Amino acid sequence: MNLWEYVGERWDLIVFETVQHASMVAQCVLIAAVLGVLIGVATYRRPRPSALATAVAGVLFTIPSLAMLGLLIPPLGLGVAPSVTAIVLYALLPIIRNTVVGLRGVDPLLVDAARGLGMSRGRSLTRVELPLAWPVILTGIRVATQLAMGIGAVAAYVSGPGLGEQIFSGLARLGGANAVNATLTGTLGVAILALLFDGFFVLLGRFTTPGGRLGGARA
Amino acid sequence: MPDRPTGGVPIELRKVTKAFPGGGEPAVQELDLDIPAGEIVVLLGPSGCGKTTTMRMINRLIEPTSGDILIGGQNSRDIDPDRLRRHIGYVIQQAGLFPHMTVAANIAQVPKLLGWDRRRIAERVDELLTLVGLEPETYRDTYPRRLSGGQQQRVGVARALAADPPVLLMDEPFGALDPISRERIQDELLRLQDELAKTIVFVTHDVDEALKIGDHIAIMQRPGHVVQYARPAEILTNPASEYVEQFLGGGSSMRLLRLTKVGDIELDEVPYATEDTDTGDLLADIERDGRGYALVLDGMRRPLSWVGPGDLQGRTGPVGVAGDPVTASIGHRMTLQDALETLLNADTDVVPVLGRRQAYTGALSLGTVQSAIAAIKARERERRLRRGEAVR
Ligand SMILES: Nc1ncnc2c1ncn2[C@@H]1O[C@H](COP(=O)(O)OP(=O)(O)O)[C@@H](O)[C@H]1O
Ligand SMILES: [Mg+2]
Repeated sequence: MNLWEYVGERWDLIVFETVQHASMVAQCVLIAAVLGVLIGVATYRRPRPSALATAVAGVLFTIPSLAMLGLLIPPLGLGVAPSVTAIVLYALLPIIRNTVVGLRGVDPLLVDAARGLGMSRGRSLTRVELPLAWPVILTGIRVATQLAMGIGAVAAYVSGPGLGEQIFSGLARLGGANAVNATLTGTLGVAILALLFDGFFVLLGRFTTPGGRLGGARA
Repeated sequence: MPDRPTGGVPIELRKVTKAFPGGGEPAVQELDLDIPAGEIVVLLGPSGCGKTTTMRMINRLIEPTSGDILIGGQNSRDIDPDRLRRHIGYVIQQAGLFPHMTVAANIAQVPKLLGWDRRRIAERVDELLTLVGLEPETYRDTYPRRLSGGQQQRVGVARALAADPPVLLMDEPFGALDPISRERIQDELLRLQDELAKTIVFVTHDVDEALKIGDHIAIMQRPGHVVQYARPAEILTNPASEYVEQFLGGGSSMRLLRLTKVGDIELDEVPYATEDTDTGDLLADIERDGRGYALVLDGMRRPLSWVGPGDLQGRTGPVGVAGDPVTASIGHRMTLQDALETLLNADTDVVPVLGRRQAYTGALSLGTVQSAIAAIKARERERRLRRGEAVR
């Protein structure tokens, strides 16, 4: 059986797994984005807390994903819970880091102007600082999404949902019937999803960056 | 303006001190300053003397360590800082426009904070753009980075004026502009101020800018105190100390030329007549005067022509139209410097000076300007001597 026949035969299952994978990644990144931006906003003004937040997220980042998933089994069991937790934890680092870097990179003159016009701290943050830091934050979310794609596949190890199931079942029966087809299907599916998500972020960036102020890219 | 613009209110600084944490000597020390309503007061001094700190304490971007600041008689401590700032226009170097907002959105920020409705904001934005000399149709929806430095600063001024605040704070607003744009925008600020009569606190380290813009100038010295607070002419002719004199630097006489108005000096008299004066009388006047020419004015005393005895010889009756038409004139509000330039370019050695409604008030020649300069210099010398004696 070649790859096309394999895919054709299991089309419904593969579509289901792909949708699950995409949905899991999207939701995890959403959670990580909200948490990461909040942590970034809460800490960027003070060097020590923001260094701490980045360091903790960095340490989590260095744990191999299989080990992390394994460690999450005792407290969370198998399935969705450990998968989502692991993905969110990995996705936090680039988002926190880019939020802090982006907010710190906003020209202090503009923050001064905002305060001088009578904007409160919060309004200056939502109207001036976050919009200006947005391209950098968005890049963080984009990197986090690519990470989540890969780790989402590994999540099949703890019986998580998604295309990882294809990869792991293929690897488990390596040499057997359709082993390569299954692995290839999972891998290609993840790659295609990653490309689609990335394209989405490119569009999102374009539509949420008024004035084309991205480093004078259009100037 | 839909209504009359809000005029300025006075600002009083009472023994205002700012010591930054761990900053050694205070950045501003027990500073007293009375800023009159509707005037431009310039804080002038070298970098680090505390100009910015002083200014930012007025809108509480920096909180004073001690002392009081009264704005329109009200202690600024008693006003919520965000609310206070919405009623004080703020213009900074390089304009500080928000790059992710259109020109209109930038200008609309304070009215939005004050909860104006959209229509009123849109109308106000167009009105302000027109006021600062930018065509609303063209500029409303552009982004700041498409504007030149001068245009950006115009938008900066419009944004500061948006809610018609009585007070405007400007921290080296034109410092980053090229000299020509800077001159032009200074002129426009003065024109605007004629109309608006805001209380403006203007920070600069540029002496010429201060002399041009300021109704009063406060010269500051490190650390954070005022060494002289006076009108520009007074500061030039009567610097309070060696420090002030040095800071003003050379070229004091040239500056006086730029600062002194034609109307402030003694003008020449030349014989003059109106069109219906008798020719014989005018000829007699010319002979008595001895310079050999006279000016013919119209019924509103506006200069028409120069006449000499040659033009009038053998004529009788009213003077009428005779002689060479007047081609150059000098307004009584011109600076001596501009007057000199007109004189050097004029066909005649003497040029009539026009007062209100273009009416003849006197005449100017190079000689007259020269004696005026000599008089100014003599006064200056005399004052310096007097101060020298006082010191001794
Ligand atoms: N935030 C700050 N923290 C500590 N010192 C400051 C701060 N801002 C200004 N200073 C110090 O206060 C003094 C006056 O500064 P500033 O008001 O900015 O001067 P100017 O505007 O006249 O150049 C300088 O010595 C400067 O180093
Ligand atoms: Mg300064």
